[in-house]
Amino acid sequence: MTVILAFLALVALAAGWWLSQQHLAAKPWLETGVAPRAGHGPGQAPGLIFTGVFVAVMGGLFAMLGSAFVMQIEETPYELVPLPPRVWLNTALLLLASACMQFVVAAARTGEPRWLRGSLIAASIASVAFLTGQVQVWTALTEGGYALNGAPAASFFYLITGLHGLHVTGGIIALAVICYRQAAGRDVTSLLPGVRACALYWHALLAFWLMLFALLQGWGNAFLALCRTAVG
Amino acid sequence: MVDRRTDENVGLPPREVADILPPHAHGWIGRYVFSQDAKYIAIQYAGTAVAIGLVALVLSWLMRLQLGFPGLFDFITPEAYYQFVTMHGMIMVVYLLTAIFLGGFGNYLIPLMVGARDMVFPFVNMLSYWVYLLAVLVLAASFFVPGGPTGAGWTLYPPQAVLSGTPGGQQGGIILMLLSLILFIIGFTMGGLNYVVTVLQARTRGMTMMRLPLTVWGIFTATVMALLAFPALFVACVMMLFDRLLGTSFFMPALVEMGEQLSYGGGSPIAFQHLFWFFGHPEVYIVALPAFGIVSDLIAVHARKNIFGYRMMVWAIVIIGALSFIVWAHHMYVSGMHPWFGFFFATTTLIIAIPTAIKVYNWVLTLWQGDIHLSLPMLFALGFIVTFVNGGLTGLFLGNVVVDVPLSDTMFVVAHFHMVMGVAPVMVIYGAIYHWYPKMTGRMLNDAMGKIHFWVTFLGAYAIFFPMHYVGLVGVPRRYYEIGEPAFLTAPVDGLNAFISAAALLVGAAQVLFLFNLFWSLRRGRESGPNPWRATSLEWQTPDTPPRHGNWGDALPDVYRWAYDYSVPGAPEDFVAQNDPWVPDAQEGRL
Repeated sequence: MTVILAFLALVALAAGWWLSQQHLAAKPWLETGVAPRAGHGPGQAPGLIFTGVFVAVMGGLFAMLGSAFVMQIEETPYELVPLPPRVWLNTALLLLASACMQFVVAAARTGEPRWLRGSLIAASIASVAFLTGQVQVWTALTEGGYALNGAPAASFFYLITGLHGLHVTGGIIALAVICYRQAAGRDVTSLLPGVRACALYWHALLAFWLMLFALLQGWGNAFLALCRTAVG
Repeated sequence: MVDRRTDENVGLPPREVADILPPHAHGWIGRYVFSQDAKYIAIQYAGTAVAIGLVALVLSWLMRLQLGFPGLFDFITPEAYYQFVTMHGMIMVVYLLTAIFLGGFGNYLIPLMVGARDMVFPFVNMLSYWVYLLAVLVLAASFFVPGGPTGAGWTLYPPQAVLSGTPGGQQGGIILMLLSLILFIIGFTMGGLNYVVTVLQARTRGMTMMRLPLTVWGIFTATVMALLAFPALFVACVMMLFDRLLGTSFFMPALVEMGEQLSYGGGSPIAFQHLFWFFGHPEVYIVALPAFGIVSDLIAVHARKNIFGYRMMVWAIVIIGALSFIVWAHHMYVSGMHPWFGFFFATTTLIIAIPTAIKVYNWVLTLWQGDIHLSLPMLFALGFIVTFVNGGLTGLFLGNVVVDVPLSDTMFVVAHFHMVMGVAPVMVIYGAIYHWYPKMTGRMLNDAMGKIHFWVTFLGAYAIFFPMHYVGLVGVPRRYYEIGEPAFLTAPVDGLNAFISAAALLVGAAQVLFLFNLFWSLRRGRESGPNPWRATSLEWQTPDTPPRHGNWGDALPDVYRWAYDYSVPGAPEDFVAQNDPWVPDAQEGRL
């Protein structure tokens, strides 16, 4: 359960930082009058906060899967699935998509429609290419004798990449909505809230994929073994 | 929309964003069926939760009939008994308690208590309910499929949960249970994101986090915990569904069943236990924290006294929430874990007692020298405190490895968690309903019926679960259809089991009186007025009772104080509402 505990430690750090901004040492029984730092009706970024919290939930999901995988490989290290080289290319594609989304945000901030359109198209193509690449990896592994109902390590590979792919698909749908709005002639700066939320989601998809990729390579177990040796 | 107060004459900071009324359906179906109004969604959540909870109540009666009078009822077969146990547990923990605290009270109270017009994403909120309803229907459908519902126990431990020896294991029962849980988690996530974002983003002007009523703190923290804990159950359910349907072996070791080698192999059943309890233990606090928050508010209002140690109460809620993620393996002491792990989890388990004890002391100190009104909400709140302390004390037994091992899987455990996680939160649910029913309907619940309901429920619960501790101590195992022959067990417990069963039937019947009261008072209850309990928090200050769509009429309220200004010296009344600009040292008494 090391993976999920490490992830929750990160969440706890973020929550702790936020709580530290909330004047938890205040003495509300002594304060009367409208507090200057209070909430002021609907906040300015509910969509971004919504996406941020959802990203934490998604992180919990992948961290749980990671924990279960690490536990399994602890028992059967010889069953690790040898990942085809295509996975590296897929990782690069997701990295590209994430970078492009950051360009989309920058373009929406500065109000440049051509940059925005170009970055959106690039991010979409890279994301679809990532998904297609993952399907190719599945096909290659199945043909190589690693069936879904074979050894648990192979089952984990399909489950983890499948759930991650589903989340990428959901993101692509959201991206398509933004592309449609942009094509329909919406003001570039009005797209900013949606674009920021989308970019955050994409960065999270990349971060979780990097974590899962490392675990699927067996590096997580190797790292834990190293830690145990160091502690021992 | 116009601000009630202009910024120049009271020096208020300007609103960051214009006050916008949420979308409002005008047709009957849009307003009452596919409603996006959190108040209606709350009632839909609570109604559905109570309906499926009644099914679980009847199942508990059937279980008790078998345990109290074994062999008397032919239709209760061993298979049926296990199905009753499983469905009772899962429905009560997930589909009733979680849904009613977060989906019911969360939806109704969060927007009102933080001074918002509605949840931030009303459409997603509506979807949340309909997915929850679908989850309940899928679960209920398992009663009607061949083989019936799963009988794997509410913990659904593999490998037995998906094998033919378990009722529903090789039929549709386990599949529908797993599908239903997956749907529940998806639905809850939609709602939970809404609750969190609403608390973070939609608090009205003046409502700092440290001015929130503890009810909101409890629901908010529990929601955050649920959002982080439910993925563990989600993953476990998906993996087990794959094992059952697609032949994977995530949780399945190599097995021989009825002399036949199965195709499974290499999986780890213990991994499921880790995943399940990583959700399962926070789940206890997902139910308890809203209860803690609500009971704090009930006590303050009905003892006419500010809550003792508000800051400590907030910190304790947050600390309990955080600690509850590192105690899960105390449910697995008998799974063969390394003794050092047992020691670690026993220590963290006992550390949780510290913030919990702070809360209990603070409730008692709030009551100390308060003007205690023994109204129905107060009675239930007191019932909760007593029951929670009793249940918590046996938790100290079970948190210790050496004591837990002999008591594991006995009726002592059943008695413990029913006290702490069954009776105690249910007491709060009732107290909360008696407390907020006047705001929801404009009428008071009948007091005489309520008193009968309280005393029968409270005393009856003790008649059930006190002797059950003893039954467990003498060694009666849980989840046994019948004890069988050993005289050293049957002699002392036979009479007790019959007594417990009779008490369970009586307590169950008292809940029918409560339901009758709910409907009877809707028409015939005494009119309550807007604030019958003279409470300070914002939900009692709405311009209409019950609150209309948008909650606040033309203008959002401004908040000037915390939610616990009771019996303030010099105040015109014995309470000062959160949106009342009265200050003690101002020239004219008002800002």
